[in-house]
Amino acid sequence: MRSFWRTLDGALLRDIALVCLAVGVIGLSYGAIAVTSGFAWWFPVLMGALVLAASSEFLFVGIIAAGGSPIAALLAGLLVNARHLPFGLAVPDVLGRGWRGALGTHLMNDETVVFAIAQDEPERRRAAYWLCGLGILVCWPVGAALGALLGSVVRDTDALGLDAMFPAVIVALILPAMKERTLPRTALAGAGLALAVTPFLPAGLPVLIALAALPLFTVKAKEGAMR
Amino acid sequence: MSDSIPMLPALVAMFALAAGTFLLRLSGPALRARVTFPERAEKLLEVSAVVLLAALAATTALTEEDAFAGAARPIGVLVGGVLAWRKAPFLVVVLAAAGTAALLRLAGVP
Repeated sequence: MRSFWRTLDGALLRDIALVCLAVGVIGLSYGAIAVTSGFAWWFPVLMGALVLAASSEFLFVGIIAAGGSPIAALLAGLLVNARHLPFGLAVPDVLGRGWRGALGTHLMNDETVVFAIAQDEPERRRAAYWLCGLGILVCWPVGAALGALLGSVVRDTDALGLDAMFPAVIVALILPAMKERTLPRTALAGAGLALAVTPFLPAGLPVLIALAALPLFTVKAKEGAMR
Repeated sequence: MSDSIPMLPALVAMFALAAGTFLLRLSGPALRARVTFPERAEKLLEVSAVVLLAALAATTALTEEDAFAGAARPIGVLVGGVLAWRKAPFLVVVLAAAGTAALLRLAGVP
């Protein structure tokens, strides 16, 4: 096992540590937001360990906190996590077999897949994937627990600006995908649509309504292809 | 916002999300041997995830219970977004967003 980890050099280890640290800090805001919006302290911690997919958890907590139904929260969360299917197509060789394979499958997320894909040799791919995955499996729920503690001690977490963290995190997560030509327009249209219907629809629904902007992506893509 | 939430329905939905997410993670490697996934379907999944997240970011940045949330939060998010766009590290983005909102509120901006 030691030689397994030794395939990772210092620069890569530092990158993985920084990502895990960032995930912990985001977990902090996640736990604090969940608790201040009415969830029990253990909920974000348990969810963090079992679902282990940040954006779907934020979405889930956000929809329920705003008064939306658990079913809407579940459907939205599953839709956001559907990207793990193509992820699995990209990294099947790093997951392992048996019980280890089950854990390896659970560790699949945006960060671990990015680190795995960036390595050339199979041995390094596997080591980077597992180290990053195990680090996140620890940092995310621990961050959520600390955030929940913070959220229940500090009455007004808004004074610390914690409510601005969450949307900023999501913006940082989706920005890299915006390189594609018609995606920014589609995403902006969806966001505008959601904002426009927010005063009129029950909570949780406006975010799903944003999907009505999807045809914009396909239509524009076709036009681009014809040109 | 601080009313407590009925935990049981939320808990059941959360377990369903955990199980469903695990199945989604599992199905990629399982399918790979047998099916070639249409590139278009893959693309649409990716795009809908981004659109959902963009809508979530916009609504949580700007609204609070159907009304405008005040200026401090969206300005904080904007500062974070610009930093992210300039390829600042994740940690810097998150802390800058929170710090900006906190300072604005300290200065009396709602």
